[in-house]
Amino acid sequence: MSLPPTPGQTVGPFFGYALPFERDSELVPASHPRAVRLHGHVLDGAGDPVPDALLELWQLDEDGMVVQAHGSLHRDGYTFTGWGRASTDRAGHYQLVTLRPGAEEPGGAAFFSLVVFARGLLDRLHTRIYLPGQDDALAADPLLGTLDDRDRATLLAHDEDGGASLRFDVRLQGSGETAFLRYGRSS
Amino acid sequence: MNLITQDEISAEIAAASTPGGPQPRLDFGPYRSSLLRHPTKDLRHADPETIELVSPVFGPQDVDPLEADLTIQHGGEPIGERMVVTGRVLDGDGRPVPHQLVEVWQANAAGRYIHQRDQHPAPIDPHFTGVGRCLTDADGTYAFTTIKPGPYPWKNHRNAWRPAHIHFSVFGRAFTQRLVTQMYFPGDPLFALDPIYQAITDEAARDRLVATYDHEVTRPEWSTGYRWDIVLDGADAVRFEAHLDEEDDA
Ligand SMILES: [Fe+2]
Repeated sequence: MSLPPTPGQTVGPFFGYALPFERDSELVPASHPRAVRLHGHVLDGAGDPVPDALLELWQLDEDGMVVQAHGSLHRDGYTFTGWGRASTDRAGHYQLVTLRPGAEEPGGAAFFSLVVFARGLLDRLHTRIYLPGQDDALAADPLLGTLDDRDRATLLAHDEDGGASLRFDVRLQGSGETAFLRYGRSS
Repeated sequence: MNLITQDEISAEIAAASTPGGPQPRLDFGPYRSSLLRHPTKDLRHADPETIELVSPVFGPQDVDPLEADLTIQHGGEPIGERMVVTGRVLDGDGRPVPHQLVEVWQANAAGRYIHQRDQHPAPIDPHFTGVGRCLTDADGTYAFTTIKPGPYPWKNHRNAWRPAHIHFSVFGRAFTQRLVTQMYFPGDPLFALDPIYQAITDEAARDRLVATYDHEVTRPEWSTGYRWDIVLDGADAVRFEAHLDEEDDA
């Protein structure tokens, strides 16, 4: 049996009082010894910031394992659930505090999975944020292998502050447009 | 001041409405905010890895069952048509998605959001915020008690009005299935005029966003009732493995 899917629609301008919640972007507290700040800007086709975007991060834990723990919406400060949510601010900037994910397989590439919503964006977009400093794994990655150098570069995070931060910008359109992904969905 | 008329936007909608798929066009000019916010390159195909075939799990500490009733969040009854909105969250194979998060937000009966950016000079209802959450039950069923939202103007063009709608955010069994959408009400005269709704250029697909009045889900002498099922697109762990098996057989 195959049912036709329910279409998506834009998240619109007014999600800001509904979807954000306390510590939504803190997958771990900033005081965690291995906390990393993942941050950047969401930009439109004119290079202007998008102040009304919402991002969600899905990730494996540091050992490359799937996390299935309750508590994403009501964070206790200890439980890592592998999921978080961040809104952009007036400057189009977002930040999440999390742990670097491990790779699913030995020798595989480690990445975050990202969903992007915004006013003006009629359906959600998926992409990946690959960790820097794993050159052999990146070179062998099946997805990155299908992309040209420019598209490939849009999916790589950059280390900052000696590794305390990771920088990743989302460009919805235009020069440096992020490579967005589909997974055999019908669209 | 925005001088583009509804007639001009309606003509643009007609011109842009070539047959499409089950999802909205991302590049839909009549919705002006989409112009600089849609990718111009095709989405790249990725074979999902494990993290993309799972979802976070939510438990009793995450959602209070009372959050499913948007009419009891303040010290009095909100103004408007009280109603139940219920349905099931299913995957493309018709399997229910149990114990997953559904979030909603909406305008009040006068078409006003409790959001600083909403400047529509319609009354705020002190007894209505318009935000709710619930977890689906074992059968994939969600249910909210709320009031019917009003249509509201939104300045895409001169005198642009959104059809009445409730925003839904839904988690499936997998990252690939994540959905944010809007539920509409049957027979809304604003459907034809609305560039967001019409960005889905397939009529049958548009119809899937419209709830059905269902007398079975009303509460006698208390509320009307609407039913709306949600079908999530995309692979999850079970569906992806089945798909691989089919490929092996081929
Ligand atoms: Fe809305």
